[in-house]
Amino acid sequence: MTAPSPVELDQPESDEFTDLDTPWVTLVWNDPVNLMSYVSYVFRTYFGHSREKADKLMLQVHQEGRAVVSTGGREEMERDVEAMHGYGLWATCQKADA
Amino acid sequence: MKRFKSRRREGAYAVFEQSEARLVANLAAQVAELLGEGTPDVDRAGQDPLEAMLKLDGPVNEPDDPVLQRLLPPGYRDDDEAAADFRRFTERGLREAKITNARLVIASLRDGGMADDDDDSVEVDLDAAGVQAWLRTLTDVRLALATRLGIDDDEHRWDRDPDNPAAAMHDVYDWLGFVQETLVHAIDR
Repeated sequence: MTAPSPVELDQPESDEFTDLDTPWVTLVWNDPVNLMSYVSYVFRTYFGHSREKADKLMLQVHQEGRAVVSTGGREEMERDVEAMHGYGLWATCQKADA
Repeated sequence: MKRFKSRRREGAYAVFEQSEARLVANLAAQVAELLGEGTPDVDRAGQDPLEAMLKLDGPVNEPDDPVLQRLLPPGYRDDDEAAADFRRFTERGLREAKITNARLVIASLRDGGMADDDDDSVEVDLDAAGVQAWLRTLTDVRLALATRLGIDDDEHRWDRDPDNPAAAMHDVYDWLGFVQETLVHAIDR
């Protein structure tokens, strides 16, 4: 591990910087086909959630129509969305505040 | 078919009747065939040869078939440009992965004794990779059937009258849900 030498920086003002700092989220949407047991299983296997958290997210998807299942950088979220599509779950990503 | 039972190392085991095995294999093959039908509208003109070789490019438009729309959904909801880019870089791989899973399912049924001229039951013995292929293919087949049956909300009810031409397909859909449920429970302890 190493630490960078201190450098004085102005506060970033451009939109580009703000964009990079904004977290993205992966949303999973409810569908009438996927089994509740399977959805919870996918959340545990792929995201490593506890059973309690996976069940809570699964129920949120079921009852509220969608749930945020992961948060992070955009590329990471796109990987998660792709993985969810591989499991047959419908997921999308977007900016956290969108 | 009875319930899937757990095996060591995240495997699972179940016995199917020949007719059940053929049904699963037939549906998996249909989904694979649908997914394999020419990846449309990839513009090859002016494409970077390296990119083509690495297959980094793919379709940008949503498929026409409603089943494919559900199996290959958009990755963005309110951003068409981002959704097109996402599809371009992921759809081909997703199609290939789903086809591979379906073929693994069919192979495991053949390995278990599925044959046209045989009445013996089919013993499906899955390792961890086989379980994943089955879970995902059962999902894809159920999504496909649900789309064709018009199952589009949680309150969907159907006419169970045997004279209803769709009744048999509904029974298959329900049965595949049972098969998948027992598979999830077998491996998820």
